[in-house]
Amino acid sequence: MTANPTSALHLDEPYARPILIDGDRDLASVTRRVCGVVEAPKPPRAWYIAITITSAMTVMLFAMVAYLIVTGVGVWGNNSPAFWGWDIVNFVFWVGIAHAGTLISAILFLLRQKWRTSINRAAEAMTLFAVCCAGLYPSIHVGRVWLAYWLFPVPNQMQMWPNFRSPLLWDVFAVSTYAIVSLLFWYMGLVPDLATLRDRATTKLRKGLYGFFALGWCGSARHWQRYERAYLILAALATPLVLSVHSVVSFDFAVSQVPGWHTTIFPPYFVAGAIFSGFGMVVTTMVPARELFGLKELVTLKHLENMNKVILATGSMVGLAYATEFFIAWYGGNPYERFVFLNRALGPYWWAYWLMVFCNVVAPQFLWFKKIRTSLWTMFVISIFVNIGMWLERFVIVVTSLTRDYLPTSWGYFKPTAVDVCTFAGTFGLFLTLFLLFCRFLPMVAIAEVKTVLPAAHPHGGHGSKEGAHHG
Amino acid sequence: MNFFPKWCNGLRTLAGAGAAAAGLYVVALVAYGASPKTLNVGFAPEQPVPFSHAMHAGELGLDCRYCHTTVEHGARAAIPPTETCMNCHTRIRPQSELLAPVFASWSDGASVRWKRVHDLPDYVYFDHSAHVTRGVACISCHGRVDTMERVRQEQPLSMGWCLDCHRNPTPNLRPPEFVTAMEWTPDRPAAEIGAEIAQAKNIQPSTDCSTCHR
Repeated sequence: MTANPTSALHLDEPYARPILIDGDRDLASVTRRVCGVVEAPKPPRAWYIAITITSAMTVMLFAMVAYLIVTGVGVWGNNSPAFWGWDIVNFVFWVGIAHAGTLISAILFLLRQKWRTSINRAAEAMTLFAVCCAGLYPSIHVGRVWLAYWLFPVPNQMQMWPNFRSPLLWDVFAVSTYAIVSLLFWYMGLVPDLATLRDRATTKLRKGLYGFFALGWCGSARHWQRYERAYLILAALATPLVLSVHSVVSFDFAVSQVPGWHTTIFPPYFVAGAIFSGFGMVVTTMVPARELFGLKELVTLKHLENMNKVILATGSMVGLAYATEFFIAWYGGNPYERFVFLNRALGPYWWAYWLMVFCNVVAPQFLWFKKIRTSLWTMFVISIFVNIGMWLERFVIVVTSLTRDYLPTSWGYFKPTAVDVCTFAGTFGLFLTLFLLFCRFLPMVAIAEVKTVLPAAHPHGGHGSKEGAHHG
Repeated sequence: MNFFPKWCNGLRTLAGAGAAAAGLYVVALVAYGASPKTLNVGFAPEQPVPFSHAMHAGELGLDCRYCHTTVEHGARAAIPPTETCMNCHTRIRPQSELLAPVFASWSDGASVRWKRVHDLPDYVYFDHSAHVTRGVACISCHGRVDTMERVRQEQPLSMGWCLDCHRNPTPNLRPPEFVTAMEWTPDRPAAEIGAEIAQAKNIQPSTDCSTCHR
């Protein structure tokens, strides 16, 4: 790690294009390395071990969901006064994680941040899988799952129509729009790479399957021209969604009148937290994945370091938001608001609050040190803290406000049940199972896009080439 | 190698139209296909005894309340016990084979197993007396039973159908003394009469969820 070629990034020479890929940097080797993961006759042994565990957890999730549907929502810990419990906590947690993928693929694309090309595919896949886990919760917490279609404005014999003034309905549209756009964006980016896999396939089955999903891509200039244009349009469509989805999720709280929820800081605070948690999860999964599948030269330490910088920035924003909430509670002078925040820090859930502050505000500050943000172990540990901290943040927001609001006679203490815990663990199983299957059967790195940052794509001074450094 | 032959290009417009049609189809399926208007109206099960409302209520002119005694006082319009039938049928056609289940019930005390025609879901609270005493006629919901050989469901009894009347009850209100009259026709516009009755009886039907779902 000491002789890392990323040091070739000359900050004193502003015209230099940074080296984004290590190792062999010709076009064919990129294809070989990425397709090699998919085409290897057998995945690494660790993959088998991992998917055995995660698929068992997924089965547990399905069992818990089936138990819930057959028995009723009473199997969870939600009860008066905490009518929202882990279901909403976990929903917000997973939706938050879903934010990194689209930020990397859309916003960084529009900002011409070329380093995104190595990680956008995997991050977008994580977005989709996290949305799957998130979407599960609202649809099962309605209780009568078979009536979940009532969420959508479909004319029916009951003359029942969704309440368009309710942020919960905005949420349905925000999250489903996000899921659809993310899926389209991810799939469209996959098409040229699927065609590569199709062309390299040796068995009929692979040729057929990859061929079907490659939609007849033949790499003609017209295809590329349309592809680039469509990609730009989708990026422009997805960019506002990165900001809007978690803003709408925050409205679920902010539009209500519960003290601790009814604050205008919620939308930006939630968006910063979502990006923070999303990048945390990307680091958590990419650090082992690049080791396991030998992609260290494509997903370099430079990429991880950049993501750690985003974690540091958004983590600091989240910390600022926590401080602002306290300041406004004091400065605003509303006694209920003041009580809620004192109760958060010193009440029965003090442990969750201070653990959250440690994980979200203190832990990321270590990333100021280059040694720490470029070491795999330290960044992995910090990213785990971020995951825990952001889950606790949602827990603190949902539970402390609900269990102690205006009426002391109806205060309570929320306790999750075993079903709550197993369902949440199960969503991790689902998320990781989908991710492991993705790693094995689809190109984890955007082959076509990575090629655009290689020297061969820039004959007159490309990324990290010697000529480029002096050329300008 | 390309998986898709060239003629697939022609399918693209078809695929778009197909997707749009599929969306419309789902909406239409929920809105019309799954509606009680489609599923339930016209339901007329065969009864253990071919009791003819057309003969009893129409030809003979029995009042509805002769058999359905509780309709003005209770939530349910009672299905008459065998004893009510036997008020007449001890003398009239006492040998009829069609009436065999009634006589069997009379001798062993077990009820005749009538099949229910108008069946609301269990989560709906409906009170006949509340409607009948305010002047909602039998025919508004049950149709011209006096012309039915076998009783059939005339109205959808869907939630939307209930709400239509709860939102605007006046066209279905008549002086309570005529609620069971099958051929009563208003001499003035029905809504006008209904408005007067609504005024006099302070009829303001609620559309809160808890009105019917208690």
